[in-house]
Amino acid sequence: MRSDAGILPESASYHRSIGDCVLDLMVRNCPNLRALGISMRGTKTILAFGPKSSRKGTDHQEEVKMKKSVFLGALTVAGLAAGLASAGTMDDVKAKGFLQCGVSTGLVGFAAPDANGEWDGFDVSVCRAIAAAVLGDAKAVKFTPTTGKTRFTALASGEVDVLARNTTWTFSRDVDLKFTFIGVNYYDGQGFMVPKALGVASAKDLDGATVCIQTGTTTELNLADYFRANNIKYEPVPIETNAEAQQQYLAGACDVYTTDASGLAATRATFENPGDHVLLPEIISKEPLGPLVRHGDDQWADLVKWTLNALISAEELGVTSANLAEMSKAPGNNPEINRLLGTEGDLGSMLGLDKAWAARAIAAGGNYGEIFARNIGEATSIGLARGLNAQWANGGLIYSPPFR
Amino acid sequence: MTNTSYVRTEMLPEKAPPLAQAGAVKWMRENLFSSIPNAILTLLALFFLYKALAGTLPWIFQSSMTADSLGGCRDAIKAAYGEDASGACWAVIRERYHQLLFGFYPSELYWRPILAFVLMLVAIAPVLYDTLPRRILWLTAVYPFLAFWLLWGGSVWLPISIILGFVIGGLAAVYLSNLLGTLGSTLAAILLPILWWMLLAGVFADAMQSILPIGIESVESAMFGGFMLSVTIGITGIALSLPIGIFLALGRQSNLLIIRSLCIGFIEFIRGVPLITLLFVASTLLNYFLPPGTNFDIILRVMIMVTLFASAYMAEVIRGGLAALPKGQYEAADALGLDYWKSMRLIIMPQALKIAIPSIVSNFIGLFKDTTLVSIIGLLDPIGLSNAIRADSNWNGIVWELYGFIALMFWVVCFSMSRYSMYLERKLQTGHS
Repeated sequence: MRSDAGILPESASYHRSIGDCVLDLMVRNCPNLRALGISMRGTKTILAFGPKSSRKGTDHQEEVKMKKSVFLGALTVAGLAAGLASAGTMDDVKAKGFLQCGVSTGLVGFAAPDANGEWDGFDVSVCRAIAAAVLGDAKAVKFTPTTGKTRFTALASGEVDVLARNTTWTFSRDVDLKFTFIGVNYYDGQGFMVPKALGVASAKDLDGATVCIQTGTTTELNLADYFRANNIKYEPVPIETNAEAQQQYLAGACDVYTTDASGLAATRATFENPGDHVLLPEIISKEPLGPLVRHGDDQWADLVKWTLNALISAEELGVTSANLAEMSKAPGNNPEINRLLGTEGDLGSMLGLDKAWAARAIAAGGNYGEIFARNIGEATSIGLARGLNAQWANGGLIYSPPFR
Repeated sequence: MTNTSYVRTEMLPEKAPPLAQAGAVKWMRENLFSSIPNAILTLLALFFLYKALAGTLPWIFQSSMTADSLGGCRDAIKAAYGEDASGACWAVIRERYHQLLFGFYPSELYWRPILAFVLMLVAIAPVLYDTLPRRILWLTAVYPFLAFWLLWGGSVWLPISIILGFVIGGLAAVYLSNLLGTLGSTLAAILLPILWWMLLAGVFADAMQSILPIGIESVESAMFGGFMLSVTIGITGIALSLPIGIFLALGRQSNLLIIRSLCIGFIEFIRGVPLITLLFVASTLLNYFLPPGTNFDIILRVMIMVTLFASAYMAEVIRGGLAALPKGQYEAADALGLDYWKSMRLIIMPQALKIAIPSIVSNFIGLFKDTTLVSIIGLLDPIGLSNAIRADSNWNGIVWELYGFIALMFWVVCFSMSRYSMYLERKLQTGHS
């Protein structure tokens, strides 16, 4: 489920005519389509239906103008507004007073609503930290559940300000779909789960196995690559969702279930007898998962990037939600902690925020390690070890550039 | 003494009929074991019924209502029914039923969707049962706006300004017909409200709100979910697709070339694409055509698409009803000197709709179930929510309980619709029987 590519990233390298643009739903930056989109700006007042007020703060004056003109002269007004409206996601967020964050429609440990409708999870924590840094309130987030098929459009069209939805950082998504991946908050990889009774110790022993695999995902492509490279055969059992995969696998419809290793661990944890199933040692793909924003707004990308880095640095420097209040009171001995928490220097103003922005982000849910432990760590029912996601000093890949 | 000793003087008491000719035995002999093949089929059916029930009933009843996670359920069931027992974990329904019903709607405002639902029952009652007082129809007319206001909240003046548009249209149709003729007044009745909604309605609503602020807490669409979302989309689609479908069906049979081609084009286009394509257009493609930052509500977009989709199908169903009507009926209406609208309203439509009832209701049921497709574009209808609930690590791995509950809710609604359509058919039965 996590690494599903939707239908699109593999298919996008042609934005020539409007027809192509329409076919390729992902295309945001298609010149003719954008022109068409902008030429319809005048319809705003009629179409802005429902009780919500307009989300765009900076557009407010244009909007007043447009209310008067509606269709007449919409094109000219639109042309002016288009030049003004493209910049400043941070100003938009501040003006509307909340962060619109795209998350998964539900993925164990990473994003899920609780019984009261409050979202929580590993990815959700990133959104809350950003909201805390920008707006000073970790609750000032509105979550837009997105599916593998709708997530990129939601971000490209401005429906969400940031997408924190277990999205694999790939070349085509970064370059061709015009997004900016601001870092990696979880290093994942595709693994295999088999029943212990099968007696398989390595993925190379899986010749002729039936494999449950979610269709339309990068996992499907990775699997084909891996088996072809090792010259072994398999028979795919296509399935649509993780829940379906669990049922099929438990019913014996397939010998092997393959998806991201974190997903496999979460799935195995729900089985009645988890001990009867083993995860094979092979990890056959790199799935760096991280939040992403739109191309072209570097100030906003910087803010999201350094909020994540602040969480990571906080763990490295030993700043936790327990000692944060004390540490941010007065400058201590470690200058980097001081710079991070704003007791020394003024890094926040370079981002367009105040000094305590990072302290607020850390206060929202603790540092990276605390967020990991609370949502997916070994103490939870999902029980993921830090592994690749340990701090670099502990042999992992989690590494933040210095706060200086 | 007369020699009539062989003649009885009193009646014998009636004997019970032979065992094989009465009661359950007779019924079984006639219906279940009337011949050898039938007897075999009956036994087979009983066997499969037993197998199915023996499999599901213990699962349904050896259950846990009180646990707070799937693991807890399993422990509780093991403790109560033995090591090997496995049963349903209904605790997930207990904890999340309000979410499956209302989505993320604020719990202190649950009374609003509930009130809207109850009012809906009241509002459709006079439409469904013609013995009820006609005065309730006024509520029916106002209900869509009332429901919109109750569900989304906000200023009361927005729905009122929209109603005013319809009032303007109605007044134009009635009072301008002398001035402009039939065609002119029809055009005016269409154009004036549109102008009102586009140019003045927003200003009017804002002005009235600043003069006399009346409103309730507004709830945004993102909070909508669960069964409430299905019902909202489904009822809107059902209520709007019937009238639009009627007009499309009439337009398709019209003699006016432009109207006929437009209607045929619309119907054939919409019927030619899958609903999910239209939903994707609503959720993703429209974002590109609308200006950045436009807040064109996603639920509204979906409602429009579902309504358009259902209307095209409805038009064809009603055309079937029109086609089934003997030509003599049209000629009789003409012979009575009725104009087009009167003949349609008084003669043709009542008969055509009666013929089409089973198909119309089938369409309604299909439409209502199609609302679950919105989970694919990320709206949290019951199916979408079942996935979200499963993403809670406490409930990960629960499948059948959630789907069972959702299926039960859908079944109740669809079965009611089906029973009502059968009642309506019996009531309108005018043939020989």
